[in-house]
Amino acid sequence: MIELRDVHKAFGSNKVLQGVDLKIDKGTSMVIIGGSGTGKSVTLKCVLGLVTPDSGQVLLEGQDVASNRSNAERDAFLARFGMLFQGGALFDSLTVWQNVAFRLLRGSLKKPKEEARAIAVEKLRRVGLKPETADMFPAELSGGMQKRVGLARAIAAEPEIIFFDEPTTGLDPIMAGVINELIREIVVEMGATAMTITHDMSSVRAIADNVAMLHGGVIHWTGPVSEMDDASDPYLRQFINGSAEGPIEAVR
Amino acid sequence: MNPLSPVAAVGRSTLALLAAIGRVTLYTGATLSHLVRPPFYFREFLNQLMVIGYFSLPVVGLTTLFTGGALALQIYAGGARFNVEAVVPQIVAIGIVRELGPVLTGLMVAGRVSSAIAAEIGTMKVTEQIDALVTLSTNPMKYLTVPRVVAATIALPLLAAVGNVIGILGGYLVSVLRLDFNGATYIRNTVEFLEPSDIISGLVKAAVFGFIVALMGCFHGMASGRGAQGVGRATTNAVVSASILILASNFILTGVFFTE
Repeated sequence: MIELRDVHKAFGSNKVLQGVDLKIDKGTSMVIIGGSGTGKSVTLKCVLGLVTPDSGQVLLEGQDVASNRSNAERDAFLARFGMLFQGGALFDSLTVWQNVAFRLLRGSLKKPKEEARAIAVEKLRRVGLKPETADMFPAELSGGMQKRVGLARAIAAEPEIIFFDEPTTGLDPIMAGVINELIREIVVEMGATAMTITHDMSSVRAIADNVAMLHGGVIHWTGPVSEMDDASDPYLRQFINGSAEGPIEAVR
Repeated sequence: MNPLSPVAAVGRSTLALLAAIGRVTLYTGATLSHLVRPPFYFREFLNQLMVIGYFSLPVVGLTTLFTGGALALQIYAGGARFNVEAVVPQIVAIGIVRELGPVLTGLMVAGRVSSAIAAEIGTMKVTEQIDALVTLSTNPMKYLTVPRVVAATIALPLLAAVGNVIGILGGYLVSVLRLDFNGATYIRNTVEFLEPSDIISGLVKAAVFGFIVALMGCFHGMASGRGAQGVGRATTNAVVSASILILASNFILTGVFFTE
């Protein structure tokens, strides 16, 4: 279980997070929605420890993530996570399979090369890519294929928790639908806890068990996805309907 | 206009300079501390040795060849004023081995390598590849910075040694083909005149320059701002700062080695 307690983070005078409280139960899929620049990515990076909160706590199964000080503890902590980055963030200098098997080729999870490659090819197959792609370089792939490779890399070491940073941004609607479905399937079959940030409502409906809306540096609304459409919160209504009129300023 | 604003501007630049020195110092310290603690990425190190060392050979070779040739012409013309044209081999040798070989190698590699490192790491930062490394339990300092810094520190003395030989060859070719020196005498004069300390001091300089080149590339790449402009600025800063630090440290090292 992941829990954020009153998390604050400012960059200079820009107060991005102003007391975020959020709970994600084990094995559930939480989707955080919110406009551009509302701190969705920062929230996610706080959980991973890529960004240190100014105040407040991030707890993973009751333990403060900031308490993982030594290298070995950090390593063990991060080994529980997989993350799909917005642009894929694939390493251009490595082939597709070396990207997917990155964690399996070094560090505490190191496996023999053949075994790591076999796992990589298997994960590529799971995300719908042929074994031939394994020896290509990321630059030779289309945007949708890069997303799939990113997804394969995120699940390569069987993580308990998977983060998805805007998984459908930059994809056409059909490809977005395919990726959404893939994410849902994988999360369910692995029994993983998922945390997704997006502003794509089709993703929300496809992926989420629970939804949280981030606005003004705090969680403005949170609840099961089934209750989202009936919620009366004007901010949430405006976001779902994508209307320019409403309490959220259109120029930010 | 506030009459004190020129003073404020001086203060601001001074503070910015001091802050930059502080950041570079901390980064250097972090690099050195990661250098001695496992894990080590040996394959990355070999890759970088290839990229930084081997692929710089043509640039270094051409630079020192022409410089050795020009040096021979200059010394011959200058020496003629005192009727000491015969000193060409000795002065070319000492000029190349002590000073021009290492410095030109350092500067050329600064242009070729620290820009490439800054652009690569800067792009990795902008496209979240650095964050991806961290989430994959890999420390970017260990995986990116340490292999590059170690590879450059080892590669530069080797490059400078090759540059020394080619630079002396440039002087030899010009002297023998244009200035009617005897080839065998030229080589004997060169070999007999050079002291081991001339060569070693030059190679030690080159190692320091290698460290500077890779460190500046990595530092500015990691500090890169967002977007194409941020990466472009990081690249420029890397080359400029590496070049200036090379020339400054060359002055200091020369003082250390050669003042009695």
